[in-house]
Amino acid sequence: MGELFPRGQVMGFIFSLVLTAVAMLVYFMDMSFTTGMTVLLVTAFIQAGLQLVVFMHAGETKDKYDIYANIVYGVLMALAVVFGTLLLMIWDVV
Amino acid sequence: MEFFERFAIPHPSPAIYASMVAIVLTSIALVVGLTYFKKWGYLWREWLTTVDHKRIGIMYLISALLMLFRGGVDAIMLRAQLAVPENQLLDAQHYNEVFTTHGVVMILFMAMPFIIALMNFVVPLQIGARDVAFPRLNALSFWLFFFGAMLFNISFVVGGSPDAGWTSYFPLAGNEFSESVGSNYYMIAIQIAGIGTLMTGINFVTTIMKMRAPGMTLMKMPMFTWTALITNLLITFAFPVLTVLLAMGTFDRLFGTHFFTMDNGGMDMLWANLFWVWGHPEVYILILPAFGVYSEVISTFSRRNLFGYKAMVASIVVISVLSFIVWAHHFYTMGQGPLSNSIFSITTMAIAVPTGVKIFNWLFTMYKGKIEITTPMLYSLLFIPLFTIGGVTGVMLGMSAADYQYHNTMFLVAHFHMVIIPGVVFAMLAGLTYWWPKMFGFMLNERLGKWAAWILAISTLVAFMPMFLTGLDGQARRAYTYSEATGFGPLNMLSFVGAIGLAIGFAVIVYNIYYSVRYSPRNISADPWDARSLEWATHTPVPEYNFAILPQVSSSEAFWDAKKHGHKLFPGRYEEIHMPNKSGVPFIMSAIFFIWGFALIFSLWTLAIIATLGIFACMTHRSFEKDDGHHIHLGEIEETEEKLGGTKL
Repeated sequence: MGELFPRGQVMGFIFSLVLTAVAMLVYFMDMSFTTGMTVLLVTAFIQAGLQLVVFMHAGETKDKYDIYANIVYGVLMALAVVFGTLLLMIWDVV
Repeated sequence: MEFFERFAIPHPSPAIYASMVAIVLTSIALVVGLTYFKKWGYLWREWLTTVDHKRIGIMYLISALLMLFRGGVDAIMLRAQLAVPENQLLDAQHYNEVFTTHGVVMILFMAMPFIIALMNFVVPLQIGARDVAFPRLNALSFWLFFFGAMLFNISFVVGGSPDAGWTSYFPLAGNEFSESVGSNYYMIAIQIAGIGTLMTGINFVTTIMKMRAPGMTLMKMPMFTWTALITNLLITFAFPVLTVLLAMGTFDRLFGTHFFTMDNGGMDMLWANLFWVWGHPEVYILILPAFGVYSEVISTFSRRNLFGYKAMVASIVVISVLSFIVWAHHFYTMGQGPLSNSIFSITTMAIAVPTGVKIFNWLFTMYKGKIEITTPMLYSLLFIPLFTIGGVTGVMLGMSAADYQYHNTMFLVAHFHMVIIPGVVFAMLAGLTYWWPKMFGFMLNERLGKWAAWILAISTLVAFMPMFLTGLDGQARRAYTYSEATGFGPLNMLSFVGAIGLAIGFAVIVYNIYYSVRYSPRNISADPWDARSLEWATHTPVPEYNFAILPQVSSSEAFWDAKKHGHKLFPGRYEEIHMPNKSGVPFIMSAIFFIWGFALIFSLWTLAIIATLGIFACMTHRSFEKDDGHHIHLGEIEETEEKLGGTKL
């Protein structure tokens, strides 16, 4: 019976609920904008990773390194574009 | 009558009316010809509904060549206007329209379909697959591109061409400064074609990752396939930026939003920024497949395996990352500080390193090789010195401090033409000549081909070297005329002579195609160049299913191994082959997209809503359609194989 119980999925589900609850705190508690955004960003990225691995089976096939490489590449390029744009359009305007 | 006034050209000229008549006459001739020769059924069954990657590749090729001539005529007009000071051939408005369409047509509707044509035809054959991963999506990609391109091309006779440059910077491209529907054409037509390209990207990444022949690991793929993989990865990550950007631009122009306006919280510079976030990877989307073609050609005609295969792969992977972090070098003078300019200068110069690695790899491949100078090889040999001129001036432009001198001058124009023509155009012509026998079953004439290559190479130098000089002297790009006192006259005349030379070169290529269709021998083997990769292992003409038995691969040059080292390429027996069915839906859906785009451009909302419903109807139809493809039976395979000479090796 023990091996039939979807332990990983249940743990993942509980953990994702916890992450959602933590994110909800930003609305219910009185915190500064910076703190709030930090909490949201951190929980959002952990949540996305959790969903990919636990519920979308990213790490369960032979091509898991292709999938991870693709995600890493996409995240790096997105960060480059976002921070590059912030630098060019806002932080470094003379 | 009032309704039809919106379709009038805001700034007409006799030449435009003449083209209008020519377009109508050509269309009538096409319809009459197809009806007279009873070819409608053939056209529909064999081409418009096909999902075969080879036929789609050929259709891309035809479109690319047509667009090459459209863009080429634009180029001749531009150079003719600038040939002498204070010329009256074109006025300022027409000059603006012509350089805008020249840029858009050449990059998006000539170079892009040309590389996609070669990828479509070659990649599945090179990896030993029977088609791409999503054949119907492939057809949809082509037709979306085709109708997008056609929509863009009718702009100059219906409603007026875009005139804000191929970069279409806001606020110039906004409603305030571009009142005609021209810039709507830009936003919508490129959007439709761009969606098609994005689908191609996803399709080919999947194909190359999932459908390689048994034994072909990533590091055993031929170099053209490697470059195709990275190119499509770049497409998949860069084109969404264009999609969003064009959508935002469309909203600004049609629905009064303020993304790129100068007031109400808009940020006009954001257009330039996001345009180049897409635009710089786009440069590498064009050049990487070109590098792939050169790698195949140089290795084949040096009779040596490619020198430094791993370094070559590493350099294109590095380019795939670097190409995303250099975009600001297109606007060093836009107002950001020295910190960001320095960062982007360094990344820009860093990208010259992997490119240099590739140049040396090609030189070392040729070193001690048994070089045979065929037309494709001649293009590759001419490419190396010419491209180096373009590349070195690129490093000059990459230095942000010096760029204040070069920015928006003819120096820049000379640089990117010296990169794109030897880099992309020569590669596509080399690839066209190289794979032509596989596509059509006969070779192009070598003598005429070499004449064309030499004429093009010399004319490129004559046309663009003078621009480096006038640019350094301060001749601005996109200015429709200049005074005699500037002294730019003689060099611009020389440039015009070069442009005429380029036109002659392309005329020779057209004559070569005509000549070879008529006189070239048809009894060539399936491997006329004595080549090395899998596309040459199947028959000519390539049967519908590409390979009767899937090839077994153990190196990046499986076919060469089979020819020279006794590698068994086709183990096993014939089995039934599962192939995708034809479908007319991609064509119909894209035609509806054309109507949808046209309606949006002219703000015909009712028509736009009906067309939108039509698009969704096509998608719904696809969701509920049961299509399991069809099987080619053993008897049929045996018959085809026998007719083509049987499976060897």
